[in-house]
Formats: sequence, C-alpha cells, structure tokens
Amino acid sequence: MTDTLIPTTTRKDWTSDQEVRWCPGCGDYSILSAVQLLMPDLGIRREDTVFVSGIGCAARLPYYMNTYGMHTIHGRAPAIATGVALARPDLHVFVVSGDGDALSIGGNHLIHALRRNVNITMLLFNNQIYGLTKGQYSPTSEVGKVTKSTPFGSLDHPFNPVSVAIGAEATFVARTHDMDRRHMMEVIRRAFEHQGASLVEIYQNCNVFNDGAFETITGKAQRSDMLIPLRHGEPIRFGAEGDRGVVIDSQRGAHIVDVAEAGEDALLVHDEARDDPSVAFMLSRLARGPHEPTPIGVFRDVVRPHYGAGVEDQLEAARADRGPGKLHDLLRSGATWDVG
Amino acid sequence: MTDTTHRPGPPEVVDRVIIRFAGDSGDGMQLTGDRFTTTSALYGNDLATLPDFPAEIRAPAGTMAGVSAFQVHISDHDITTPGDAPNVLVAMNPAALRSQIGRVAPAATVILNADAFDERSLTKAGYTADPRGDGSLDAYSVYEVPMTSLTKGAVTPLGVKPRDAERSKNFFALGLVSWMYTRPVDATLEWIERRFVAKPEVAQANMVAFKAGHAFGETAELFDHPYEIKPATLPAGTYTNINGNTALAWGLIAASELSGLPLFLGSYPITPASDILHELSKHKSFGVRTLQAEDEIAGIGAAVGAAYGGHLGVTTTSGPGMALKAETMGLAVNLELPLLVIDIQRGGPSTGLPTKTEQADLLMAFYGRHGEAPLPILAPRSPSHCFEVAIEAARLALTWRTPVVLLSDGYLANGTEPWCLPDVDSLPDLTVTFATEPNHTGDDGERTFWAYQRDPETLARAWALPGTPELMHRIGGLEKEDGSGNISYDPANHEHMVRLRAEKVARIARHIPEVEVRGDVDDADLLVIGWGSTWGAIDGAVSRARQAGHRVAQAHLVHLNPFPSNLGDVLRRYPRVMVPEMNLGQLSHQLRAEFLVDARSVTKVRGLPFTASELEQAIVDQLKDA
Repeated sequence: MTDTLIPTTTRKDWTSDQEVRWCPGCGDYSILSAVQLLMPDLGIRREDTVFVSGIGCAARLPYYMNTYGMHTIHGRAPAIATGVALARPDLHVFVVSGDGDALSIGGNHLIHALRRNVNITMLLFNNQIYGLTKGQYSPTSEVGKVTKSTPFGSLDHPFNPVSVAIGAEATFVARTHDMDRRHMMEVIRRAFEHQGASLVEIYQNCNVFNDGAFETITGKAQRSDMLIPLRHGEPIRFGAEGDRGVVIDSQRGAHIVDVAEAGEDALLVHDEARDDPSVAFMLSRLARGPHEPTPIGVFRDVVRPHYGAGVEDQLEAARADRGPGKLHDLLRSGATWDVG
Repeated sequence: MTDTTHRPGPPEVVDRVIIRFAGDSGDGMQLTGDRFTTTSALYGNDLATLPDFPAEIRAPAGTMAGVSAFQVHISDHDITTPGDAPNVLVAMNPAALRSQIGRVAPAATVILNADAFDERSLTKAGYTADPRGDGSLDAYSVYEVPMTSLTKGAVTPLGVKPRDAERSKNFFALGLVSWMYTRPVDATLEWIERRFVAKPEVAQANMVAFKAGHAFGETAELFDHPYEIKPATLPAGTYTNINGNTALAWGLIAASELSGLPLFLGSYPITPASDILHELSKHKSFGVRTLQAEDEIAGIGAAVGAAYGGHLGVTTTSGPGMALKAETMGLAVNLELPLLVIDIQRGGPSTGLPTKTEQADLLMAFYGRHGEAPLPILAPRSPSHCFEVAIEAARLALTWRTPVVLLSDGYLANGTEPWCLPDVDSLPDLTVTFATEPNHTGDDGERTFWAYQRDPETLARAWALPGTPELMHRIGGLEKEDGSGNISYDPANHEHMVRLRAEKVARIARHIPEVEVRGDVDDADLLVIGWGSTWGAIDGAVSRARQAGHRVAQAHLVHLNPFPSNLGDVLRRYPRVMVPEMNLGQLSHQLRAEFLVDARSVTKVRGLPFTASELEQAIVDQLKDA
C-alpha cells in the first residue's frame, strides 16, 4: 500500500471476467453483489486485495472478484489466509467460507484464526446444508433435519456460528442475511475496518437443497418482528413499533420482553466494545434457531493487537537489537576452530 | 588406594575410540555426551555422534525404558559414522548397563557408577543377580567408581544439599572420561560457567564435580595410563560441530538470503523435527517468521499462503505430519507454487518410534498424494550436508514453482559432525524473477496476465505477487486451462496438464548433477547405492570391503526425484547392485521399476542406523552369492 491516491473504481472494476456459476436464485448472488458494490467504497486497491476460500459453493466467490485470489482446499482457508496475512501485512485478506467448510472440516482453523486475531475478514455463508455435495446436513442444520444422509432425521446438535466465534474470543463478530443488501454492506464494511480477525455470519438461502431456511425471520413481512437489530449504544428493541426488547436479569440471562411491561429503562443497551464476551454470548443465545427473534448486526467489536502486528514488532525489535542478520556470523555462532 | 601418590603413565596414542555414555533420562547423559563431543571437536578430532534417547520425557527412574544414551566416535582420521560397537561404556546405573552391554565391543572398558548398584536398582533393571559378581562381565575391563558418593563428597563442602549434590554426578563422569582421553579441561570449565550462569551455585557444583572426576582418574590406581587421540588431518578451514536439524535451519536461512525472499515457517511440534522450529524462531533478525500452527495441516497451509505472498514457504514435520499434509502438498502441486516440505523421518507406522530413525517415508514422498502429483525429492547424506540440501531444495522449488520434499531422518537430525564452513559468497544465487506486467495478448488485442504461461525450457509458470498492479488473478485446486489458468473441465486439457506437471518435474534432471561413482569405478563386481543418512555406514563398509580385496563401487543419491540423468547407465554398468536402506526396500523398488535392474535390497528397521560392519558383511554376502 502506498499513500498515493487510491483510484476511483466501480463495481465493474472489481468484477472478474469469469461466468458466475451458482444455481439460479441462490443467495450467493446477492452476497457477491453486496461485496462487489462495497469494494469501491473501502479505499483500497484491487491488487492489494486477496480473497481466499476453501471448498463449497461459497468458495467459488474468489473467481468472480477481479482481485488476487486463492480457491484452496476444504476447511483450510483460514490457515492459508493466515500465511498470506502474516507474510504480507500490506494486503487486505478476505476469507469466504460456508457452514460445512468453516465449522465442520475447518472448525479447528476457524477458532484458532479467531483467537490469534489474525488480520483477516471472514465471511461465513450459512445455509445450514451441504450444497456442493448435493444436500447432506451440515453442522448448523437443525436437529431432526431429514436429508440424504439423515433419512431418519439428524441427531447432531447444531453449532451457532456467532456463539462459536464469541466463545473463541473473536474480536469482531457480526451477523447479517442475504435478503438485505444494505445491511450486508454495512456489516461487511465494519468487519473490514476492524483490525484483527472479524467473522460475519451471513444467513444465505440455498434454494435447491434447503429453500426457505431463514424465511421465517428474513422474509420482508416478518423481518421487523423476527430480526433484532443490534446498534451500539442503543437499547436493544425490535418490532414494527419497537414494542419488544431485550433485558438481562440474573435468573434468565438475556431474554425478550414487552417494552411496555418491562419499561424502557430496563432494556439492555448494546455495547459491542465490551471486553467481557459474556453479554455478547448471551445475545447470541437469544434464538435457538432462525425461527425465533434473532439478533443481527455487530455483536462484538473490541480492540486487541492483531497477530501480524505482533509478528512485525518482534522482527523489528530483533533487528534493532542485533542489526540485520549476517549469514557469515550465523555459521560461526557456535564453537568454531580453525584447521590449517 | 595407597598412601603414595599414584602416577599414571604417559598417554597411549590410539587412532580412534567409541564411547557410549548411558544413564537414566534425568542423569544428563545427552548433555555430558554433547560436551565431550564439543571438546573433542575443538581439539581437532574428526567425530560423529548418535544420541539415543527414549520417547518418554522421564520414564520411571532406574528402569530399562528410561535409559538415555549418547554415543560418540572420535578419531585422528576422517570418519563417517558414530561407530559400530563402543570401546568404552559409561553406565550410571544397572539399567544402563543391562540395556547397553550387548552393544559394546569385545574386551571393552566398562565404567560403572558403583553407588547405583543397590538391590532395589538391580531389581528395577531386571537383574536377579548383581552382574558385578556373577561373571557376566568377565569379558570386559570393568571399573567400579562410586561416582555418586565421590561427587557428594566433593560438592557438599560448597553448601549444596545432598539431594542436589547428586545431580552433578554426570559432570564427575565427564571429568573422568576427559582425563582418560586427555581432553582439554579449561574450555569445559568455562562452558559450565556460561551454561549455568543463571544458577551460580549449580555451576560451582558442576565444576567441582568435573574436577573431582578428572582428579580421580589421575590419582586412583584404577587406570594405568590415559589415552590420546591426535587431531585429525582435515581440509583447511573454519569448522563447527553441527547436527542435521541446525544445519537444515541454517540452510533455510541461507536460501532466504540467497533468494531475497523472506523465510516463513509454518510448523507443528513433532519429534524429531521440532528443533528446526526452535532454531528458526530465534533468528528474527534475518526476517524469519515462524508460526507454531494449530495442527500439521495449518502449518503447511500457512506456508502455502506465505508462498503465494512471495515468501519462501516452509513446513517441517515427521511421518505422521507428512500424512496430514498430503492434501495440501497436492494443492501446491496444482497451484504450482514453491514450497519446502521437510520430513525428519522416524520409525513408523503411526506414532511408531518417535525418537528413533528410519527411512520408510520415501514412497510416501513419491506417491502419497491423490491424483498424479509428482514433486522433486531430495535427501541429505550427513548432518552438515543438510545445509547444502536445504539450499538445493529451495533452488528447485523456486525455479520450477513446485513443492519439494526434503527427507532427513532422526539420525541426521540429532547426530553431529565437524563441518568445514562454506564461504557464504560461494553459495548459489537463487534470485527469483517475478512477473511484473501482462504476458498475454487476447483476441481483442488486450494485454492480460496468464498465470500459467510457462517458461519454454523449465515449464515453470509465471509467478505474480499480490500487490502487483494489473496482474490480478485467481488460482485454485480445480484443474485449470494451461496458459490462462481458468477453471477447465476439458478432458484433453486435463490429460495435457497431468503430463505437463510430470514433464516439468522430469526436466529438472537436466539441471542437477549426475550421480558420482567412487571406489572401483571401472571393474567393480558390486555397486552399493544408497540415499540419505546411510551414506556414512555405506562409505565405511565399502572402504573396508575394498581394503579386504573386494572390488566394490559406491554411489549415493541426493536427488531422488527426478533421478540423476546418468543413473540408469550407472546401474547397468555393474553385474550386481545392492541397496541398503532403513526400510523394507523402497529405493530398490523404485530402481527396479524405473531401470529394470536386479537391485538387491539390504534392510534394517530397528530404529537404529546401519553400522559399517553390518554393511561390510552384507557386501561380502552379496559377492558370495555370485
């Protein structure tokens, strides 16, 4: 990155020449649009941007971005992106993943990238199903889900990606959904601006294998009653008239109340910068699935030095202390003796 | 002891000796052996070492499982192995004696810590009778030295608690053996002071114990005279004593300096590779970035990511980790990115023998990935050779944009030898040329960047780094169209790409040295060919067989894939070919398949390197079969 002026770009500049090959009607299209529309506003150069993905439908996204990109192997994108980010702190590194990729085969890499706070922006497309392998249940599928691999219903208790990320003490955790481009763009922008690892769960409809999974909460008619917008510094309330809200008490933790009954002063004021992750975690547990009122927006955005910054600091300190390494001296750093 | 001062005779000059220090895991035998080695190296002897320790950090004290040993071979002439059978065994307890006595040479000197031979310790070691009294040691020169009590007696006046005093007994042993072989004293005393600088009272106790051991040799009437091994006549130069893992780490740093690419290591701790991670993590002033990843897969994954960013990406591991890295190696083959995969082989399968050596990952390196996924394979032949081979691995990776597997092993990793330091100005230039501008003109006349546009000679693809304007491109594990790098499912393209990736690796043979043959090059009855760490033992065995009048030729492979271009001719030149390996015949399998020669396998899978005498016998047997 240089200080010279970043050229003005449009969505077209960020769009590659590759034909987009998701199923017609897939939620991935709207996410791709949101990302491509957002990029010109981020104040960065295309050549300084890298999209890294694993395997799955979502993982095709890098091919459609006119940036640098790596479409790698199943689950490993956070690890590979960690290498890119640590080697090249000058780059803007995005990771695109799905629920199977990020939470099943790649669950280990996800939590470690989050706890290390590597400077990467992770977009987790959650459609609660395996799409590319044609319809098996995923680690976010609900218990009892009947799929090709669970004809008698899934026995697996699902992960809540936001809870997992907060549990790993991620410094930035947010949720958005594919039916609201403006919200997606705003949340992804915030994730990008965050220094360190940021995770955005994006509810994404798979219209072929799990159509309507989020319809109950993201449908236009239901949204105001079923989505709980989180806004920093504001009391958490929702409903068309703002008549419902969230309170915390010692008995029930975070729960939903009628504002008229509880009183406005009782409402929880959202503090995404709160260092202790437990309130954000409680908020992530408000809904047991996308069929109950569900918080969206930024759950947590706290400041902690990112991993790459620490790496660079140590390199600089070593050079300041000892001067740049000299190979000749390295070879003679142990006991030596001369012959002849 | 008598009242008169004992005066031992002058040192007897011998040409070499093999000493094995053995004790409990907590007795400090590795440190003792290591220090004896350094002293001998500084003295100018040629040497080779073999640390031999258990996988358990502290197995129950006094048991056979807990015995840790260190063998060193010192000589006044050029040697290549840590020696066959020790001439001297220092046994700190009954378990050490019982586990090691079977290895020592006939009539060897056995020095026992007599204080440790109580009934309880004898039972723990599995002795039913005290071996000192049952005649089982009659064939050896046994010296019983009460090392524990003599050490306590020496150090307790310093105010050291008896329990702590006992811990210095390895330094007593070191002092005694140092006297026996007329090693210089001052350097060791200075080293003890430096080593324990944070604990002056421990330093003091160890120095006093060392001096007490030395004085005991001189004054006790046990020994007639000490021995001396004159310095070896080695080529002129500056030397250091080096183990394979350190040499490898330094080679990687050198490759980074020579290529101008920062070094990035992604690794997960695993025996016996971890010391490379430890060593590299020290050298941040060279710009070395090390990531202790969450697992083996993340280690190689991060290295691939760093390579994409233009770093020299490296991952280090041992067999179990190699298995986990296989998929990512396949990705690197497909992405055609430079990457070094370093496998410090150990006994397998599965957890196997973590601290013991083996060469059984060769075919895994060749074929352990799905699909046709060829990559270059290299193996160093000695500890110091790891330096050179690390640089060579980087050369191949960077020039041909390919992952390279470097196969070291536990024996090379921990074994040491004197190394004549290279002049850094003589090391090869590894400068990489990156793509900086579009390299393709489309039908519409527009200039674009094709990531899989190739160099016509090497077939290496163009390499553009993120951050380069106008060259934005996407690479991935899906099959890609040659040239553009766009995803392609076209059958003909896939066949073309599979063959092209194989051809790219095969062509490396044009740019590597031919295999050299030494010994009876023109009229040998037998060619002995090996790879990796067996070189020392093979070299010793061939020399001995030739001295005994046999006509034997020797060749050793550093490049295993592709093979040197003259290898077929070399193999067909001799009536018999013998391939010693620490596996069940993996290289011989490759040689037979590739060259249709009757390459006969000689194998050993005991977690221990071949000895020269074992291979000498094998050579004689092969010739007898004629």
